Amino acid sequence: MIEIRNVYKSFGSTEVLKDVSLTVPPSRTTVVIGPSGSGKSTLLRCCNCLETADRGEIRINHRTIISDGKPLPDKELNALRAETGMVFQSFNLFPHMTTVENVMRAPVVVRGMAKAEARELAMELLRKVGLGDKADVYPSTLSGGQKQRAAIARALAMKPKVMLFDEPTSALDPELVGEVLQVMKTLAEEGMTMMVVTHEMGFAREVADTVVVMADGRIVESGPPEQIFTNPTQERTRGFLRALVDGHLAGARPQPVADDPLDALPGNH
Amino acid sequence: MTLDFAPVWGGLPELLKGTVVTIEVTAAAFLLSAVLGLLVGIIRLNPARRVLYGIASAYVAFIRGTPLLVQLFLLFFGLPQFGILLPAMLCGVIGLGIYSGSYVSEVVRGAIQSIDRGQMEAARSLGMSYREAMWEVVLPQAFRRMLPPLGNETIALIKNSALVSLLTIDDVMREGQRIISTSFRALEVYIAVALIYFVLTNAATWILRQLEKRMTVERG
Repeated sequence: MIEIRNVYKSFGSTEVLKDVSLTVPPSRTTVVIGPSGSGKSTLLRCCNCLETADRGEIRINHRTIISDGKPLPDKELNALRAETGMVFQSFNLFPHMTTVENVMRAPVVVRGMAKAEARELAMELLRKVGLGDKADVYPSTLSGGQKQRAAIARALAMKPKVMLFDEPTSALDPELVGEVLQVMKTLAEEGMTMMVVTHEMGFAREVADTVVVMADGRIVESGPPEQIFTNPTQERTRGFLRALVDGHLAGARPQPVADDPLDALPGNH
Repeated sequence: MTLDFAPVWGGLPELLKGTVVTIEVTAAAFLLSAVLGLLVGIIRLNPARRVLYGIASAYVAFIRGTPLLVQLFLLFFGLPQFGILLPAMLCGVIGLGIYSGSYVSEVVRGAIQSIDRGQMEAARSLGMSYREAMWEVVLPQAFRRMLPPLGNETIALIKNSALVSLLTIDDVMREGQRIISTSFRALEVYIAVALIYFVLTNAATWILRQLEKRMTVERG
């Protein structure tokens, strides 16, 4: 469970988050959408103190990770981060380790797990994300989609109770997006608590329990996906969704916009 | 003018003994500079730790801003005024190590800073402490990038070690001078000494290049 209460964050004189409050209930998936620069990635990164929120409070599984600019002491922070999986846009796999070493390293170093046991766990997770045959190769030989699936396995190896996804498919070739989303969908169905920052509206529609729309450092609107996508109450949300559809159509064949412009989006069934 | 290398052949045992001393001094100074360079390089990553950062920065500024020969003389001739009388060999190793360490620290710092920030973030997000993340994730990658500039440093260290002959250490330089003082064959002996340094520096370069190659192959 993630509880974000009245969080503010500035970079220099730029206010990136302004009084943001949000709760991700246990075993639910919250998808955060919004234009770039809206602060959604910063909000996510504040949840495990990769960025320091200046004011307000963030609690992970009922433990305060940061309160009014003061993060937990290092030791406890490390322990809480270990239970909070993070998946990055740019994968950030460790290039000097094989895929299986990437996955098993943190359990060995942080939890003191025996190597044999950690390897077994890592292999199990790699098979789960469909990379059982890639265990002993270096990340440089993997495709983007494979890299991101390996990164998800790496995060899962710490047996996190919460998973944070920071635009996990934004750096991928379009044809590789599906395989990563599939893994995330499976996780959500297994009851993982997830907070996902993404531009994949199809995923948001299909998997999210709650969709949160951010703009200019604030939460504009939030609700179940049906409401956000078919009946948004805020002009800001409508504007963002319209721009998104226009962007998609600009790259596709020209065709008249449907009554519900979102029908034109891929992944909309 | 005729070249007469007979004194070189005659003095070969001494020259080789001196070469061994040069290798010993250089190797010990290299170890010291590696440890010092790693520590200072990491400390200088973070200006927020003010005292440590200040000390480390002052060290780099002073050592890089003054001649090695003066530093060696400070240790060897200056410290005795405080009653600190270190053996010549120790002065040589410490002086060279401290000098080279200041340059190595910059190599270390640059290599670490060149590693993508996401690597540290990913390691920390998995629950590793700063130290664990540095040791497990950042340094192994940075080390590979340190190797080429470290090769330059090692060459400089080997060549600079000739200065310790002025601290009465019997390295290859001083053994050469000793042969000249009896044979008066400066040209021939210095050619021989130069050749010995040439072999040493190139051997060091070769070893580092092998290391570099192996690390590249290992990682596909």
